This record gives sequence, structure tokens and C-alpha cells, in this order.
Amino acid sequence: MKVDFNIDIHHLPRVEGHGNIHISVKEGKLTDATWEVIETPRFFEMMLRGVSAERASFLTSRICGICSISHSLASIRALERAMEIEPPKAAKAIRLLAMHGETLQSHALHLFFLAAPDFLDMPSAIPILHSHPEIVKAGLSLKELGNEMSIATTGRATHPVSLVLGGVSKAPSKERLKELKEMIRKRRPALDKATEFFRTLSIPEFVRETEFISLRNGKDYPFIGGDLVSTDGVVRDENDYLQMTNEYLVDFSTSKFTRLSRHSSAAGALARFNNNSRLLGHRAHQIAASFGLEPVCHNPFMNNIAQLVECHHIFENAEMLIESLLDDDLQEIRTSYKPKAGAATGAVEAPRGILYHHIETDDNGKVVKADCIIPTTQNNANIHYDLHALAAEAVKEGKTDRETEKLCVMLVRSYDPCISCSVH
Amino acid sequence: MNHLGFKIGKMKIGSFDFTCCEGCQLQLANKESTLPDFLGLLDIRNFREISSERHDDYDIALVEGSITRSDEIERLKAIRAQASVLVAFGSCACFGGVNSLKNRIPAEEIIKGVYGDKAIETMPSTKISDIVAVDFMIPGCPVSKDEVERVVIGIVTRSLDNLPKYPVCVDCKQRLNTCLFDLGEVCLGPITKAGCDAVCPSGRTACLGCRGPADDINFPSFLQVIKEKGLSQDELREKLTFYNGFTDYLNHES
Repeated sequence: MKVDFNIDIHHLPRVEGHGNIHISVKEGKLTDATWEVIETPRFFEMMLRGVSAERASFLTSRICGICSISHSLASIRALERAMEIEPPKAAKAIRLLAMHGETLQSHALHLFFLAAPDFLDMPSAIPILHSHPEIVKAGLSLKELGNEMSIATTGRATHPVSLVLGGVSKAPSKERLKELKEMIRKRRPALDKATEFFRTLSIPEFVRETEFISLRNGKDYPFIGGDLVSTDGVVRDENDYLQMTNEYLVDFSTSKFTRLSRHSSAAGALARFNNNSRLLGHRAHQIAASFGLEPVCHNPFMNNIAQLVECHHIFENAEMLIESLLDDDLQEIRTSYKPKAGAATGAVEAPRGILYHHIETDDNGKVVKADCIIPTTQNNANIHYDLHALAAEAVKEGKTDRETEKLCVMLVRSYDPCISCSVH
Repeated sequence: MNHLGFKIGKMKIGSFDFTCCEGCQLQLANKESTLPDFLGLLDIRNFREISSERHDDYDIALVEGSITRSDEIERLKAIRAQASVLVAFGSCACFGGVNSLKNRIPAEEIIKGVYGDKAIETMPSTKISDIVAVDFMIPGCPVSKDEVERVVIGIVTRSLDNLPKYPVCVDCKQRLNTCLFDLGEVCLGPITKAGCDAVCPSGRTACLGCRGPADDINFPSFLQVIKEKGLSQDELREKLTFYNGFTDYLNHES
């Protein structure tokens, strides 16, 4: 039977920001599949003009309520590279621990509150609180741990206070670090429970060959700085970020699209995994293998599992970072500097993928030019083309409009899009 | 639920976002240990960020973000028409927030700077109370979940309390922090409304005034202190304009 249907989702729920999905099927054939981003732009690049280097990261952190630490650190890294400021070793460890906190919080929020309800056919996590209370509690407990890590290292969970140019303005106390270490240990069962829960879910099988872009430094699983690489073999210096993004405008989206070797590319946990899986911690490695996650994985729905694997990596790596901080006297945490003219890129791995800030300063250290390229901006084109391929496949298999709609919204959510971020 | 012997039903609530980072709504999902209890007080009717169930029969509307596009004005008016109580939360909703930093530059210039020749609609960032009546404001960038909890519980139990009238300095002194003025920095703690537990100066960074002015502040004497200490006027201006909360005072600046 040749079917006709339209799917029009206005302001897709359970994602950050505002996006629409349009699917049209006529006489059994897909005629349109569009990922339309309609977020109101805020013009951060223009707001940054004239702002002092010292204050810039306090402004850019406001690009995103979920990954504010990543934005803050991308700006700080860009400015430190532009002004040749080397932060002390302890400050670097504190910053990485802050990133871990943010990533854990963001992944837990996405996995349990945004993605999980689809797998259980629920509208939100609230009814899951009654049907699977232990699962929601495990998710909350991981999210809380992530937030506690961010609070201990930056002063609060959203919009960091003590991440500053040259280092950090305040180090966590040794007592706080010990508490944190204990908290990580105590919450391992919650992570294991979460992992077992995800094992029971059926992840849709869908493959569209994709180029995955992330940082890589060859030594550690990446979070702050390094080479820009892709699974198609591209390697570029951090300052050459524009060669990785090639932004262009499309008429149906207030977010720009990007591309590298193909029509589109993907960033995020799956991209990090695909480019760096051998650098994961031991346990994280085992978990990936147990889910059959192997590089290069081209199923975007597996981004959920890659996020779960990263939670395991964070548990292992955060403990090591805390150990190293406990061995430090934490006296040298901030390098003083004189503002000067310069230009550089700061690239970090935000929870949703590689994030670039490029900042140019004048002699007084005021921002003269800024460019921010957000992970979701880099994913929007891939979401758009995936949506087309997935809907075409669903129609071919004779799926109903409801089944097709469900798969499509799950696909978009798998990317964990941060739409307000992408239209900053 | 019972409160002072009265039976209290769940309050129908909606949470809505306009131009912003959605960080304030995210705070609603924080304080994980008390979250299930907090949710127990509420019947969430509309909260796009966390639920695909959407109904338009809410009594309380929490509104985050500032207004920068004409379609947002219509959406905001519809929310106002439905809600018995409209709470503007976050510095963007209360003052226009960091989004207002773009207001310094002509619209054509900022659009061209980011989008080139593509047609994009944008208006100067406007606070919620410039468009519709606001019943209560919870400032902060981001808001503190404690305060949101107190306000929402206050509305639910009809025992709404006011925000602190005093400045951030009071909380900061209680936390025994070294005064940032003594470290040579301009801090807006003496003129900013308390309630944030002095989180920024406690992390050794200056208050940027995200909660707006405290009640009855002595602005001329604050300016005098900065002058006497020889601190940077440039830094002062950057901080006072950061969240757009001090527009009423900026013209008095000497």
C-alpha cells in the first residue's frame, strides 16, 4: 500500500533549544526530511567585541547553560595561547576535573532525562520515577556527582566562578578533594546500575557512513587542546580550525552548517570514541566492548552508549586527577600576565563535541574579533542528512507515520543537540 | 499535601524559555537530593526541555530569557494570558541580561558580522516586564535553585517571601572572605542584591551584579570608594553593564 503522511514537530521537546522536524511522504516515497533550527540568535561574537580578556570567559560561558565550563575554558585557552600565558600544572588538573564534572552531569542529564524516556515509551523521566525509581535515582546520583565535581573545582555547577585567565582563582580544599574521591567511590554502584539498565534497551540499528571529527593528542583521551582530526584521515593544527569547519548558510536554519571531506560530519562522544578509543581507561574499554561498540562505529544511536562509556572513563580519570591534586601543595594555581595583542584558537571537547573559540586581542587585551564554532553547529548538517536517510529507510520498510516519527525524534536526541548553543 | 492544617493541591506549572542559554531551567533539575520531593509539589504541565507532554492549563509560569524577536512577544503574551502568576527568572528575563551587550551595536552591523547578507530578524534585547506584567522576579545568572524552590513553595503555600533587600557584601562578610577591593579589584558586591550566598567573591572573582541593585544602595559613595582607591573606571563600566541590571544608575556615574 502506498502511504501518504506528514510529520511536523514544532519545538522538539527534550532537547536543549528550539528545532523543528518536517517529514513528508507521498505515495510511499519520501519527498522531504528537514531538520530546521529556528533558535533566536544572540550574536555572542559581536557582544565580545571590546570586552576585556579577563572578562571574556565570563561572557562566553553564558552561551550555554549545560556546557558553560567548556565555553569558559575554550575562551581561556584561546586567550592564553594568544597572550602566551602558561597556567600552572595544578590549575590544569583542576580545569580537567571541572570538565569531567560537566561532562558527567551533561551525559547523565541526556541519558536519563532526555533519551531514556523514548526507549521506555514515556513522555518524560517523571513517570519513570514511579515505574523504575532505582534507575532515575541512579541517573540523579550520577548527575549530582558531576555537579559536585564542578562546584568543588569552579565554585558552582553552571557558569563557573573561579576559572580565570592564567589558571584558577581558588583551588578546592584538600578536605573537599577527599570528600569528592569518596563520593566517586560510593557512586560506582549507581554507574553500574545505569550500565545494566542501558544493556536492556534496544538501540535502533541504522548506519550512514559519516566523518567523525574530534581532538586527539595521542596521550590522553581528549578534553582540552590537541590536534584536530577526522576518521577520514584529516589532521590539522588547532589554529587551523576553519579548515575543519567550512561553515555555510542554509535558508531553513538560523544555525550555520559545516562540512569537511563529505556533505556533513559529526562531533560528540561517538566521534571522540571513534578517534581515541585506545586512550580510554581500562574499565571504560571493557564496557565499550561489552556493548559491541568498536571504532569506527557509524550508527548515530550509539552516541548514547559512547556517552555511557565516557562516564566510566571519567570515574577512573577523575580519581587519578584528585590523587595528583592531593599530592600537590596547591599554592601555585594562577600565573600573572600582562594583556597584549595576539590571536589564537582554543579547542576543547565539550560534552556534545569539539568546540572552537578563536579570539583576537589588541594591545590592551580587549577582544577585537571572536569566532565560536559550537559542536551542535557541526552536527546540524549531519542530523539533517541522517534524518533523510533514516526516514527513507523507514518508509521503504513500510513503517507507519508513528513509528517513523519515533525513530526520527530518537535520532535527533541521540546527537544530544544543544540548539541555543548552536545559534549563539 | 498539608500546610498549617490546610490541604494544598499540586500547582500546575509551566516553564518557558526565550532568548537565553537555558541554564536557569537547568537549575530546576539540580539539587538532585531534594528533586523528587520538589517535583511532588508540582504538576508539570508544560516544560519542553524535559518533557514531550505539553498542556496549556498551567497556573504558574516560569519564564527564562529575554525577548529579541517578534514571534517571542506573541508567545509571551499568550503565556501571560494563561498564567495566574508569572515569574521572570534569571538575569536575562529580569534585566535583559548579557544579551543586552548587543544593544550597543546597530542591528545591521551585528547581523552582517555574523550572518553576512542573510536576512535575520533581531531586536534589542528586552526584559520580560517591558512586554507583560511580571508578578515576581528571581534574578541571577544562573538563578539559585534554593531561591527558586523557596519562591515556588511560597506560591504553592500562599506564603511568598521577599528576596533579601541587603547587598552581597553581607553574605560575603559572613563567609569571612578577603574583600576583593583590598586585592585591587572592582567588585559590585556593595551594590548588588544578596541571595546568591556571595558565590563569586567566595571563589575570589568579583561580583558582576547579576542580581541587579540591592534596595536603597548608596551609589554615589560606592563610586567615591572606587575613585579614592584609584580603581579602573573602565573596569567599573564593563562590570556595571555586564547583565544590564544597573541601567537606572549608569547615568549618575561621574
